[in-house]
Amino acid sequence: MLQRDLTLAWRRRSDIAMPVLYALIVTMLFPFALGPEDTLLQRIAGGVILVTVLLAMLLALDAMFSSDIEDGSLEQLVLAPQPLALMLGMKILAHWLTTALPLIVIAPLLAAMLHLPAAVIPVLLLALLLATPLLSLFGAVLVALTAGTRRSGMLLALMLLPLCVPALIFAAGAVAAAQQGLPWLAPISWLAAALVLSLVLAPLACAAALRIALDS
Amino acid sequence: MSNWIPLWLHKLSSPPTFYRFAGTLRPWAMALALLFGAIALYGGLVLAPADYQQGDAYRIIFIHVPSAWMSMFIYAVMGVSAFVALVWRIKLAEVVAMESAPIGAAFTFITLVTGSLWGKPMWGTWWTWDARLTSELVLLFLYLGVIGLYQAFEDRRQGARAAAFLAIIGIINVPIVHFSVNWWNTLHQGSTVNMFGPSKISWNMLWPLLSMTLATKFYYAASLFRRAQTDLLSLESGKDWVRRIAESEVDQ
Repeated sequence: MLQRDLTLAWRRRSDIAMPVLYALIVTMLFPFALGPEDTLLQRIAGGVILVTVLLAMLLALDAMFSSDIEDGSLEQLVLAPQPLALMLGMKILAHWLTTALPLIVIAPLLAAMLHLPAAVIPVLLLALLLATPLLSLFGAVLVALTAGTRRSGMLLALMLLPLCVPALIFAAGAVAAAQQGLPWLAPISWLAAALVLSLVLAPLACAAALRIALDS
Repeated sequence: MSNWIPLWLHKLSSPPTFYRFAGTLRPWAMALALLFGAIALYGGLVLAPADYQQGDAYRIIFIHVPSAWMSMFIYAVMGVSAFVALVWRIKLAEVVAMESAPIGAAFTFITLVTGSLWGKPMWGTWWTWDARLTSELVLLFLYLGVIGLYQAFEDRRQGARAAAFLAIIGIINVPIVHFSVNWWNTLHQGSTVNMFGPSKISWNMLWPLLSMTLATKFYYAASLFRRAQTDLLSLESGKDWVRRIAESEVDQ
Protein backbone atom coordinates (compact mmCIF):
# COMPACT_ATOMS: atom_id res chain seq x y z
CA MET A 1 0.00 0.00 0.00
CA LEU A 2 2.74 2.39 1.03
CA GLN A 3 4.76 1.34 -1.96
CA ARG A 4 1.84 1.80 -4.32
CA ASP A 5 1.13 5.32 -3.10
CA LEU A 6 4.76 6.30 -3.20
CA THR A 7 5.08 4.96 -6.74
CA LEU A 8 1.98 6.87 -7.78
CA ALA A 9 3.35 10.04 -6.23
CA TRP A 10 6.71 9.53 -7.93
CA ARG A 11 5.01 9.23 -11.30
CA ARG A 12 3.63 12.72 -10.75
CA ARG A 13 6.72 14.41 -9.43
CA SER A 14 5.56 17.90 -10.30
CA ASP A 15 2.74 17.61 -7.78
CA ILE A 16 5.29 17.06 -5.05
CA ALA A 17 7.13 20.19 -6.05
CA MET A 18 4.04 22.41 -5.89
CA PRO A 19 3.73 22.76 -2.08
CA VAL A 20 7.48 23.37 -1.86
CA LEU A 21 7.35 26.13 -4.45
CA TYR A 22 4.28 27.58 -2.77
CA ALA A 23 6.05 27.71 0.60
CA LEU A 24 9.12 29.33 -0.97
CA ILE A 25 7.08 32.02 -2.68
CA VAL A 26 4.93 32.80 0.36
CA THR A 27 8.02 33.12 2.53
CA MET A 28 9.56 35.37 -0.09
CA LEU A 29 6.53 37.68 0.07
CA PHE A 30 6.99 38.53 3.73
CA PRO A 31 10.24 40.51 3.37
CA PHE A 32 8.60 42.44 0.54
CA ALA A 33 5.50 43.20 2.56
CA LEU A 34 7.19 44.03 5.86
CA GLY A 35 10.49 45.50 4.70
CA PRO A 36 13.82 43.68 4.85
CA GLU A 37 14.80 44.58 8.43
CA ASP A 38 16.78 41.78 10.02
CA THR A 39 15.43 42.13 13.56
CA LEU A 40 11.79 42.21 12.53
CA LEU A 41 12.17 39.23 10.19
CA GLN A 42 14.05 37.31 12.86
CA ARG A 43 11.27 37.83 15.34
CA ILE A 44 8.49 36.61 13.07
CA ALA A 45 10.51 33.93 11.23
CA GLY A 46 9.41 30.93 13.31
CA GLY A 47 5.72 31.75 13.09
CA VAL A 48 5.86 32.62 9.40
CA ILE A 49 7.54 29.34 8.51
CA LEU A 50 5.08 27.30 10.55
CA VAL A 51 2.03 29.02 9.06
CA THR A 52 3.46 28.74 5.56
CA VAL A 53 4.08 25.02 5.98
CA LEU A 54 0.58 24.59 7.39
CA LEU A 55 -0.99 26.34 4.41
CA ALA A 56 1.16 24.44 1.93
CA MET A 57 0.06 21.18 3.50
CA LEU A 58 -3.56 22.29 3.41
CA LEU A 59 -3.26 22.82 -0.34
CA ALA A 60 -1.98 19.30 -0.82
CA LEU A 61 -4.43 17.61 1.55
CA ASP A 62 -7.29 17.80 -0.88
CA ALA A 63 -5.50 15.39 -3.18
CA MET A 64 -5.06 12.70 -0.54
CA PHE A 65 -8.08 10.65 -1.56
CA SER A 66 -9.36 12.43 -4.66
CA SER A 67 -7.73 10.27 -7.33
CA ASP A 68 -8.66 7.11 -5.42
CA ILE A 69 -12.27 8.22 -5.28
CA GLU A 70 -12.31 9.00 -8.98
CA ASP A 71 -11.11 5.59 -10.10
CA GLY A 72 -13.01 3.72 -7.42
CA SER A 73 -10.02 2.16 -5.70
CA LEU A 74 -11.11 3.70 -2.41
CA GLU A 75 -14.24 1.55 -2.41
CA GLN A 76 -12.00 -1.46 -3.02
CA LEU A 77 -9.97 -0.45 0.01
CA VAL A 78 -13.06 -0.23 2.18
CA LEU A 79 -14.10 -3.70 1.06
CA ALA A 80 -10.64 -5.25 1.42
CA PRO A 81 -10.11 -7.84 4.16
CA GLN A 82 -7.22 -5.99 5.80
CA PRO A 83 -8.14 -3.48 8.50
CA LEU A 84 -9.09 -0.20 6.85
CA ALA A 85 -7.43 1.87 9.57
CA LEU A 86 -4.06 0.24 8.90
CA MET A 87 -4.23 0.89 5.18
CA LEU A 88 -5.36 4.45 5.70
CA GLY A 89 -2.46 4.86 8.10
CA MET A 90 -0.16 3.79 5.28
CA LYS A 91 -1.84 6.25 2.93
CA ILE A 92 -1.38 9.03 5.45
CA LEU A 93 2.27 8.07 5.88
CA ALA A 94 2.78 8.14 2.13
CA HIS A 95 1.09 11.51 1.95
CA TRP A 96 3.28 12.86 4.74
CA LEU A 97 6.41 11.52 3.04
CA THR A 98 5.51 13.18 -0.23
CA THR A 99 4.28 16.57 0.99
CA ALA A 100 5.57 17.30 4.48
CA LEU A 101 9.04 15.82 4.19
CA PRO A 102 10.07 18.02 1.22
CA LEU A 103 8.74 21.01 3.15
CA ILE A 104 10.84 20.08 6.17
CA VAL A 105 13.87 19.65 3.92
CA ILE A 106 13.56 23.19 2.58
CA ALA A 107 12.66 24.65 6.00
CA PRO A 108 16.31 25.56 6.77
CA LEU A 109 16.38 27.45 3.50
CA LEU A 110 13.20 29.33 4.46
CA ALA A 111 14.73 30.01 7.86
CA ALA A 112 17.83 31.41 6.24
CA MET A 113 15.71 33.66 4.02
CA LEU A 114 14.22 35.18 7.16
CA HIS A 115 17.56 35.37 9.02
CA LEU A 116 16.57 32.93 11.72
CA PRO A 117 19.66 32.30 13.91
CA ALA A 118 21.35 29.03 13.01
CA ALA A 119 21.13 27.79 16.59
CA VAL A 120 17.32 27.82 16.46
CA ILE A 121 17.05 25.82 13.23
CA PRO A 122 17.36 22.35 14.88
CA VAL A 123 14.49 23.24 17.22
CA LEU A 124 12.43 24.49 14.29
CA LEU A 125 13.08 21.25 12.42
CA LEU A 126 12.18 19.16 15.44
CA ALA A 127 8.95 21.14 15.93
CA LEU A 128 8.10 20.71 12.24
CA LEU A 129 8.94 17.02 12.38
CA LEU A 130 6.40 16.59 15.18
CA ALA A 131 3.77 19.10 14.02
CA THR A 132 3.48 18.10 10.34
CA PRO A 133 2.44 14.46 11.00
CA LEU A 134 -0.18 15.86 13.39
CA LEU A 135 -1.53 18.04 10.60
CA SER A 136 -1.48 15.12 8.16
CA LEU A 137 -3.40 12.93 10.60
CA PHE A 138 -6.00 15.59 11.50
CA GLY A 139 -6.28 16.53 7.88
CA ALA A 140 -6.80 12.94 6.78
CA VAL A 141 -9.78 12.55 9.10
CA LEU A 142 -11.38 15.71 7.75
CA VAL A 143 -10.58 14.91 4.14
CA ALA A 144 -12.22 11.53 4.67
CA LEU A 145 -15.29 13.29 6.04
CA THR A 146 -15.56 15.56 3.03
CA ALA A 147 -14.83 12.70 0.60
CA GLY A 148 -18.43 12.55 -0.57
CA THR A 149 -18.91 16.28 -1.14
CA ARG A 150 -18.44 18.38 -4.20
CA ARG A 151 -16.80 21.60 -3.02
CA SER A 152 -14.51 20.63 -0.20
CA GLY A 153 -11.56 23.02 -0.54
CA MET A 154 -12.72 26.00 1.52
CA LEU A 155 -14.71 23.79 3.84
CA LEU A 156 -11.59 21.80 4.62
CA ALA A 157 -9.76 24.99 5.59
CA LEU A 158 -12.65 26.10 7.79
CA MET A 159 -12.65 22.77 9.63
CA LEU A 160 -8.92 22.04 9.78
CA LEU A 161 -7.46 25.38 10.79
CA PRO A 162 -9.26 25.68 14.17
CA LEU A 163 -8.18 22.15 15.06
CA CYS A 164 -4.59 23.02 14.17
CA VAL A 165 -4.40 25.94 16.57
CA PRO A 166 -2.96 23.92 19.50
CA ALA A 167 -0.28 22.30 17.33
CA LEU A 168 0.64 25.71 15.95
CA ILE A 169 0.79 27.27 19.43
CA PHE A 170 3.10 24.59 20.80
CA ALA A 171 5.37 24.52 17.74
CA ALA A 172 5.64 28.31 17.66
CA GLY A 173 6.14 28.33 21.43
CA ALA A 174 9.08 25.96 21.14
CA VAL A 175 10.72 28.03 18.42
CA ALA A 176 10.14 31.29 20.29
CA ALA A 177 11.55 29.84 23.51
CA ALA A 178 14.63 28.58 21.70
CA GLN A 179 15.10 31.98 20.14
CA GLN A 180 15.12 33.65 23.54
CA GLY A 181 17.47 31.02 24.95
CA LEU A 182 14.81 29.53 27.21
CA PRO A 183 14.24 25.79 27.67
CA TRP A 184 12.08 24.57 24.76
CA LEU A 185 11.57 20.97 25.76
CA ALA A 186 8.11 21.40 27.34
CA PRO A 187 6.15 22.46 24.21
CA ILE A 188 8.06 19.85 22.20
CA SER A 189 6.98 17.17 24.66
CA TRP A 190 3.37 18.36 24.37
CA LEU A 191 3.62 18.07 20.59
CA ALA A 192 5.11 14.61 20.88
CA ALA A 193 2.36 13.51 23.26
CA ALA A 194 -0.34 14.83 20.93
CA LEU A 195 1.35 13.08 18.03
CA VAL A 196 1.45 9.73 19.80
CA LEU A 197 -2.21 10.07 20.76
CA SER A 198 -3.34 10.97 17.27
CA LEU A 199 -1.11 8.31 15.68
CA VAL A 200 -3.24 5.76 17.49
CA LEU A 201 -6.63 7.41 17.15
CA ALA A 202 -6.53 9.24 13.82
CA PRO A 203 -6.36 6.22 11.47
CA LEU A 204 -9.30 4.67 13.32
CA ALA A 205 -11.24 7.94 13.18
CA CYS A 206 -10.28 8.31 9.53
CA ALA A 207 -11.63 4.86 8.75
CA ALA A 208 -14.90 5.62 10.55
CA ALA A 209 -15.21 8.95 8.77
CA LEU A 210 -14.57 7.37 5.39
CA ARG A 211 -17.25 4.76 5.97
CA ILE A 212 -19.71 7.53 6.84
CA ALA A 213 -18.78 9.60 3.82
CA LEU A 214 -18.89 6.77 1.31
CA ASP A 215 -21.93 5.01 2.68
CA SER A 216 -24.97 6.08 0.74
CA MET B 1 -42.85 -0.86 35.37
CA SER B 2 -39.30 0.37 35.64
CA ASN B 3 -38.73 0.49 31.92
CA TRP B 4 -41.26 3.19 31.10
CA ILE B 5 -38.49 5.77 30.70
CA PRO B 6 -36.71 3.94 27.86
CA LEU B 7 -40.08 3.11 26.36
CA TRP B 8 -41.17 6.72 26.50
CA LEU B 9 -37.84 7.88 25.03
CA HIS B 10 -38.15 5.30 22.32
CA LYS B 11 -41.60 6.51 21.42
CA LEU B 12 -40.47 10.12 21.54
CA SER B 13 -37.73 9.47 19.03
CA SER B 14 -40.23 8.70 16.30
CA PRO B 15 -40.66 11.81 14.15
CA PRO B 16 -44.49 12.19 14.31
CA THR B 17 -44.54 11.84 18.10
CA PHE B 18 -41.74 14.31 18.51
CA TYR B 19 -43.44 16.68 16.11
CA ARG B 20 -46.55 16.75 18.30
CA PHE B 21 -44.51 16.82 21.52
CA ALA B 22 -42.46 19.78 20.28
CA GLY B 23 -45.57 21.53 19.01
CA THR B 24 -47.21 21.33 22.44
CA LEU B 25 -44.17 22.43 24.42
CA ARG B 26 -42.92 25.14 22.12
CA PRO B 27 -45.38 27.94 23.05
CA TRP B 28 -44.74 27.27 26.74
CA ALA B 29 -40.98 27.36 26.31
CA MET B 30 -41.19 30.55 24.30
CA ALA B 31 -43.51 32.19 26.82
CA LEU B 32 -41.24 31.22 29.71
CA ALA B 33 -38.24 32.51 27.77
CA LEU B 34 -39.92 35.87 27.22
CA LEU B 35 -41.10 36.04 30.82
CA PHE B 36 -37.73 35.25 32.37
CA GLY B 37 -36.00 37.44 29.81
CA ALA B 38 -38.21 40.41 30.68
CA ILE B 39 -37.73 39.87 34.42
CA ALA B 40 -33.99 39.55 33.94
CA LEU B 41 -33.75 42.67 31.81
CA TYR B 42 -35.79 44.70 34.31
CA GLY B 43 -33.80 43.30 37.24
CA GLY B 44 -30.48 43.68 35.51
CA LEU B 45 -30.93 47.10 33.94
CA VAL B 46 -33.10 48.81 36.58
CA LEU B 47 -33.04 47.08 39.94
CA ALA B 48 -29.45 45.84 40.21
CA PRO B 49 -27.06 48.44 41.68
CA ALA B 50 -24.22 49.84 39.61
CA ASP B 51 -20.83 48.26 40.15
CA TYR B 52 -18.53 50.29 42.42
CA GLN B 53 -15.68 50.00 39.95
CA GLN B 54 -17.18 49.46 36.53
CA GLY B 55 -20.28 51.62 36.89
CA ASP B 56 -23.09 50.68 34.56
CA ALA B 57 -20.90 49.03 31.96
CA TYR B 58 -20.88 45.75 33.87
CA ARG B 59 -24.56 45.27 33.02
CA ILE B 60 -23.60 43.63 29.76
CA ILE B 61 -22.81 40.47 31.73
CA PHE B 62 -26.54 39.83 31.92
CA ILE B 63 -26.33 39.02 28.22
CA HIS B 64 -22.70 37.98 27.91
CA VAL B 65 -22.44 35.35 30.64
CA PRO B 66 -25.70 33.48 29.89
CA SER B 67 -24.87 33.32 26.17
CA ALA B 68 -21.37 32.11 26.96
CA TRP B 69 -22.84 29.35 29.11
CA MET B 70 -25.29 28.53 26.34
CA SER B 71 -22.54 28.39 23.71
CA MET B 72 -20.91 25.57 25.68
CA PHE B 73 -24.14 23.95 26.80
CA ILE B 74 -25.47 23.75 23.25
CA TYR B 75 -22.20 22.30 22.03
CA ALA B 76 -22.44 19.64 24.70
CA VAL B 77 -26.04 18.87 23.67
CA MET B 78 -24.94 18.76 20.06
CA GLY B 79 -22.01 16.46 20.87
CA VAL B 80 -24.16 14.06 22.88
CA SER B 81 -26.91 13.86 20.29
CA ALA B 82 -24.28 13.52 17.56
CA PHE B 83 -22.90 10.54 19.46
CA VAL B 84 -26.38 9.08 19.82
CA ALA B 85 -27.00 9.69 16.13
CA LEU B 86 -23.84 7.88 15.09
CA VAL B 87 -24.17 4.96 17.48
CA TRP B 88 -27.89 4.21 17.28
CA ARG B 89 -28.61 5.95 13.97
CA ILE B 90 -31.66 7.71 15.36
CA LYS B 91 -32.96 10.19 12.86
CA LEU B 92 -34.24 12.54 15.53
CA ALA B 93 -30.82 12.75 17.19
CA GLU B 94 -29.33 13.84 13.86
CA VAL B 95 -31.99 16.51 13.55
CA VAL B 96 -31.40 17.76 17.09
CA ALA B 97 -27.62 17.89 16.59
CA MET B 98 -27.80 19.67 13.26
CA GLU B 99 -30.48 22.14 14.29
CA SER B 100 -28.60 22.98 17.50
CA ALA B 101 -25.55 24.11 15.56
CA PRO B 102 -26.94 27.41 14.17
CA ILE B 103 -28.44 28.36 17.54
CA GLY B 104 -25.15 27.60 19.27
CA ALA B 105 -23.24 29.57 16.67
CA ALA B 106 -25.58 32.52 17.27
CA PHE B 107 -25.00 32.39 21.03
CA THR B 108 -21.24 32.12 20.51
CA PHE B 109 -21.35 35.12 18.23
CA ILE B 110 -23.38 37.12 20.78
CA THR B 111 -20.85 36.16 23.44
CA LEU B 112 -17.95 37.40 21.36
CA VAL B 113 -19.68 40.63 20.34
CA THR B 114 -20.90 41.57 23.83
CA GLY B 115 -17.53 40.57 25.24
CA SER B 116 -15.68 42.90 22.93
CA LEU B 117 -18.21 45.71 23.56
CA TRP B 118 -17.45 45.31 27.25
CA GLY B 119 -13.73 44.91 26.67
CA LYS B 120 -13.38 48.25 24.90
CA PRO B 121 -14.16 50.45 27.96
CA MET B 122 -12.80 47.97 30.54
CA TRP B 123 -9.65 46.54 29.01
CA GLY B 124 -9.17 49.33 26.48
CA THR B 125 -9.27 46.92 23.56
CA TRP B 126 -11.87 45.18 21.44
CA TRP B 127 -9.93 41.99 21.17
CA THR B 128 -6.95 40.34 22.74
CA TRP B 129 -5.41 36.93 22.13
CA ASP B 130 -6.39 35.69 25.53
CA ALA B 131 -6.93 31.97 26.09
CA ARG B 132 -10.66 32.27 26.82
CA LEU B 133 -11.32 34.56 23.86
CA THR B 134 -9.32 32.45 21.46
CA SER B 135 -10.92 29.18 22.50
CA GLU B 136 -14.38 30.75 22.22
CA LEU B 137 -13.47 31.89 18.71
CA VAL B 138 -12.37 28.36 17.88
CA LEU B 139 -15.74 27.19 19.20
CA LEU B 140 -17.47 29.53 16.73
CA PHE B 141 -15.40 28.10 13.89
CA LEU B 142 -16.26 24.58 14.99
CA TYR B 143 -19.96 25.44 14.86
CA LEU B 144 -19.49 26.97 11.41
CA GLY B 145 -17.55 23.92 10.27
CA VAL B 146 -20.34 21.62 11.41
CA ILE B 147 -22.95 23.74 9.62
CA GLY B 148 -20.81 23.96 6.49
CA LEU B 149 -20.10 20.25 6.38
CA TYR B 150 -23.78 19.43 6.89
CA GLN B 151 -24.76 21.58 3.96
CA ALA B 152 -21.99 20.38 1.65
CA PHE B 153 -23.60 16.98 1.20
CA GLU B 154 -26.42 16.42 -1.22
CA ASP B 155 -27.84 13.62 0.85
CA ARG B 156 -28.98 15.23 4.11
CA ARG B 157 -28.72 12.19 6.36
CA GLN B 158 -25.22 11.46 5.12
CA GLY B 159 -24.30 15.09 5.71
CA ALA B 160 -25.76 14.90 9.19
CA ARG B 161 -23.67 11.85 10.02
CA ALA B 162 -20.46 13.41 8.70
CA ALA B 163 -21.13 16.66 10.57
CA ALA B 164 -21.99 14.69 13.72
CA PHE B 165 -18.58 13.06 13.48
CA LEU B 166 -16.93 16.47 13.27
CA ALA B 167 -18.99 17.67 16.25
CA ILE B 168 -17.69 14.76 18.31
CA ILE B 169 -14.08 15.52 17.38
CA GLY B 170 -14.62 19.17 18.28
CA ILE B 171 -16.13 18.49 21.69
CA ILE B 172 -12.60 18.39 23.08
CA ASN B 173 -12.67 22.19 22.84
CA VAL B 174 -15.54 22.63 25.33
CA PRO B 175 -13.54 21.79 28.49
CA ILE B 176 -10.74 23.95 27.10
CA VAL B 177 -13.11 26.93 26.87
CA HIS B 178 -14.47 26.23 30.32
CA PHE B 179 -11.18 25.83 32.15
CA SER B 180 -9.12 28.26 30.07
CA VAL B 181 -9.35 30.96 32.74
CA ASN B 182 -7.94 28.56 35.33
CA TRP B 183 -5.25 26.99 33.16
CA TRP B 184 -3.87 30.16 31.60
CA ASN B 185 -3.68 33.24 33.71
CA THR B 186 -4.38 35.81 31.00
CA LEU B 187 -6.63 38.84 30.72
CA HIS B 188 -10.09 37.32 31.04
CA GLN B 189 -11.12 37.11 34.70
CA GLY B 190 -11.93 33.84 36.40
CA SER B 191 -15.46 32.71 37.07
CA THR B 192 -17.36 34.51 39.81
CA VAL B 193 -20.46 32.36 39.77
CA ASN B 194 -19.96 28.87 41.17
CA MET B 195 -22.43 26.06 41.20
CA PHE B 196 -20.60 24.48 44.12
CA GLY B 197 -19.49 26.74 46.92
CA PRO B 198 -20.14 30.44 47.41
CA SER B 199 -20.29 32.77 44.43
CA LYS B 200 -18.29 35.97 44.49
CA ILE B 201 -21.17 38.11 43.32
CA SER B 202 -23.85 40.04 45.20
CA TRP B 203 -27.31 38.46 45.23
CA ASN B 204 -28.79 41.65 43.73
CA MET B 205 -26.72 41.07 40.65
CA LEU B 206 -26.91 37.30 40.69
CA TRP B 207 -30.66 36.76 40.40
CA PRO B 208 -31.13 38.69 37.13
CA LEU B 209 -28.21 36.70 35.78
CA LEU B 210 -29.79 33.39 36.74
CA SER B 211 -33.15 34.52 35.39
CA MET B 212 -31.53 35.38 32.07
CA THR B 213 -29.84 31.98 32.08
CA LEU B 214 -33.24 30.34 32.41
CA ALA B 215 -34.54 32.59 29.64
CA THR B 216 -31.76 31.53 27.27
CA LYS B 217 -32.32 27.87 28.10
CA PHE B 218 -36.02 28.16 27.33
CA TYR B 219 -35.33 30.16 24.22
CA TYR B 220 -32.97 27.43 23.05
CA ALA B 221 -35.64 24.79 23.71
CA ALA B 222 -38.30 26.77 21.86
CA SER B 223 -36.04 27.55 18.95
CA LEU B 224 -34.77 23.97 18.75
CA PHE B 225 -38.35 22.62 18.80
CA ARG B 226 -39.36 24.93 15.99
CA ARG B 227 -36.32 24.17 13.87
CA ALA B 228 -36.62 20.44 14.49
CA GLN B 229 -40.30 20.51 13.51
CA THR B 230 -39.52 22.24 10.23
CA ASP B 231 -36.62 19.94 9.56
CA LEU B 232 -38.64 16.82 10.30
CA LEU B 233 -41.38 17.98 7.93
CA SER B 234 -38.94 18.42 5.08
CA LEU B 235 -36.97 15.24 5.87
CA GLU B 236 -40.11 13.13 6.11
CA SER B 237 -41.99 14.82 3.30
CA GLY B 238 -43.96 12.18 1.47
CA LYS B 239 -44.68 10.17 4.60
CA ASP B 240 -48.28 9.75 5.66
CA TRP B 241 -48.18 11.77 8.86
CA VAL B 242 -46.69 14.78 7.07
CA ARG B 243 -49.38 14.56 4.41
CA ARG B 244 -52.07 14.51 7.07
CA ILE B 245 -50.62 17.62 8.71
CA ALA B 246 -50.42 19.36 5.38
CA GLU B 247 -54.03 18.42 4.59
CA SER B 248 -55.28 19.68 7.94
CA GLU B 249 -53.47 22.98 7.35
CA VAL B 250 -55.17 23.28 3.99
CA ASP B 251 -58.58 22.56 5.55
CA GLN B 252 -58.17 25.37 8.00
